Amino acid sequence: MATFNEVGPGKPVTESSRVDKLTPRSRFSHGMRAIIVIVIAIVILIPIFVMVNTAFKTRPEVVSVPPKVIYTPTLEGFVLLLTERAIASPATLEQLKAAAAEGELGLFDRIALESGQEITGPSQYVTRLRNSVIIAGLSTIASVVLAVFAGYAFSRYQVKGKNDLLFFILSTRFLPAVVVTVPLFLMYTQLELHDTHIGMILLYTVFNLSLAVWLMKGFFDEIPTEYEEAALVDGYSRLQAFFRIVLPQAATGVAATAVFCLIFAWNEYAFALMLTSEVARTAPPSIPTMLGRGGIEWTAIAAGSLGFLIPVVIVVFLLRNYLLRGVTFGAVRK
Amino acid sequence: MATIKLQQVEKKFGDFQAVKPMDLTIQDGEFVVLLGPSGCGKTTTLRMISGLETVTTGTIMLGDRNVTWLHPSERDVAFVFQFYALYPHISARENISFPLRAQGESKDVINQRVQEVAALLRIEHLLNQRPGNLSGGDQQRVALARALVRRPEAFLMDEPLGALDADFRETMRAEIKQLHIDQNATTVYVTHDQIEAMAMGDRIVVMSEAVVQQAGSPHEVYYDPANLFVARFIGSPGMNLVSSVYSQGVVSIPGTENRYSVPDGWQTPINETLEGEGQIVLGFRPEAAQLKTDGPLSGEVYASELQGAFSVLHVNVNTDDIVHIRSDRQIDYPIGTTLRFDIDPQMVRFFDPGTEAGIKREVSQ
Repeated sequence: MATFNEVGPGKPVTESSRVDKLTPRSRFSHGMRAIIVIVIAIVILIPIFVMVNTAFKTRPEVVSVPPKVIYTPTLEGFVLLLTERAIASPATLEQLKAAAAEGELGLFDRIALESGQEITGPSQYVTRLRNSVIIAGLSTIASVVLAVFAGYAFSRYQVKGKNDLLFFILSTRFLPAVVVTVPLFLMYTQLELHDTHIGMILLYTVFNLSLAVWLMKGFFDEIPTEYEEAALVDGYSRLQAFFRIVLPQAATGVAATAVFCLIFAWNEYAFALMLTSEVARTAPPSIPTMLGRGGIEWTAIAAGSLGFLIPVVIVVFLLRNYLLRGVTFGAVRK
Repeated sequence: MATIKLQQVEKKFGDFQAVKPMDLTIQDGEFVVLLGPSGCGKTTTLRMISGLETVTTGTIMLGDRNVTWLHPSERDVAFVFQFYALYPHISARENISFPLRAQGESKDVINQRVQEVAALLRIEHLLNQRPGNLSGGDQQRVALARALVRRPEAFLMDEPLGALDADFRETMRAEIKQLHIDQNATTVYVTHDQIEAMAMGDRIVVMSEAVVQQAGSPHEVYYDPANLFVARFIGSPGMNLVSSVYSQGVVSIPGTENRYSVPDGWQTPINETLEGEGQIVLGFRPEAAQLKTDGPLSGEVYASELQGAFSVLHVNVNTDDIVHIRSDRQIDYPIGTTLRFDIDPQMVRFFDPGTEAGIKREVSQ
């Protein structure tokens, strides 16, 4: 009652409780905040900036001190990364030069020619990048599909021992990857899953499933059951109601979950290093192997990292609206 | 349209009995309101009729069909939810046509029926909007349209006006009642608002603590409540209930000089119920009290509330019991004034405090 009397209708409101955004003071703090954000952004972006620059420099430019800021970009790093090359014999060198003069030579061949090399074929990195796409893509689809159904069931049905099951699912994440790689390696060799695509897809799917199920359950919990009930009395089966009413509303959740799964599967290093060798090796463990071959190929490593970064950036960029809504889901609506 | 018959329908959630075995028959074209405080089992009953909740025991008949174990989609009933439950990702038009598409109707039929029902509810201009852009009332109109468009066997409405603003609720109340008159559709309507129930229902089923307390016309539940709960629950304020003692045709309020002679037709049933004499509850509506200088009952004005067209006086008839009396708004009764009043013999009621049941008047020939 006391507070009511203090601010009640008896007293006129003489000052606003809202901070006016136009006072010099708040403008200053606004400016300070902007500066801090910019500084943090620069600090975070410097390594990426260096990486992008390195990818487009020549080998001498990369190691020069002080670092060259102005340079002519070259695709040398990408040629090193994506192709197998050999020193051209004087005869082929002549042929290639003649072809280059007539403009019949591809961009990569011309760059290789500048250092007296000919391209003999695509490098292993190309296959490994393809492996990454297949394994990360399929495992993401598998975990999201499974998690959508599991999450819905956990959200809507009375499942016996629901809490124990959910805890069990989450507990698969308790052990760090490094701890389980050795037993997994032994299992996979026995099951002949070692160095196979299906083995890696299974592994990433299972590993992602815990997070994905929990996320999807949370998103389904946010959707009122009335929607499905309305669809049920409107003449639809449970499954139809799920696909036509519930799933479209969980789209943000599905997108967010998919991105989380994709990022994990795409970036995963420890399992891939231990459980793959030639056939199913993914990109992350193959980038450091470039360190060894005749000096450190900084340009190739940077080019590899850049190429590796781009697909995730594209996916996240395409799903950004869903993601922002997905991550704040529940926090803003109520 | 069809009759709905509940036979010994019961619902348990674990050990909790949400609805104790109940029988209820809803006639073809009847507007039945399930009324009761929250947690009384009225919504559970409605959801059992719709099939969204399974019954624990009992049978539900819809027309000639036993629908007890049918899936909600096979029952051919429409359900209107309190929070509308419009599908947010599709337009109002698609929301309304949604049940028709489940039935696999042709495009022409769907378009025509959507137009008809949109015209009926005056929402034609809103058809292309998403539900999120509509006001609460318009959302509920779209929800009603979605129910109407199907021409189902029965309409089930779960507090459809509960989420609306007060002034809007009145408009929608009239609209729903008008729709019912037009369509003559069997309707079961759940609400905790007794004004809504009185205004809309052909019949009111009052529920409390998982049990049907009384089923009857608005007139019956208002004037002849079956027990103390209904007497208190219906009306605003509820019926005045005064603990008294009955002896030889006279009801007296203990500790006071207040005596009230039981009108004709009541003595025999009261004698039978109380076996001669004993505790009784005297009941009367605020408007049944008539202020009279020679009235047999008296009390002191404790408070007075102006309600607009009339005033409600709170009158102390003894230390425990305050009764409400409707009085002329133009006459001022200062607090502390002693008033005398009588009770309209047609509108006085008596209850047995032991069983809480109402005592029935002898039917005069």
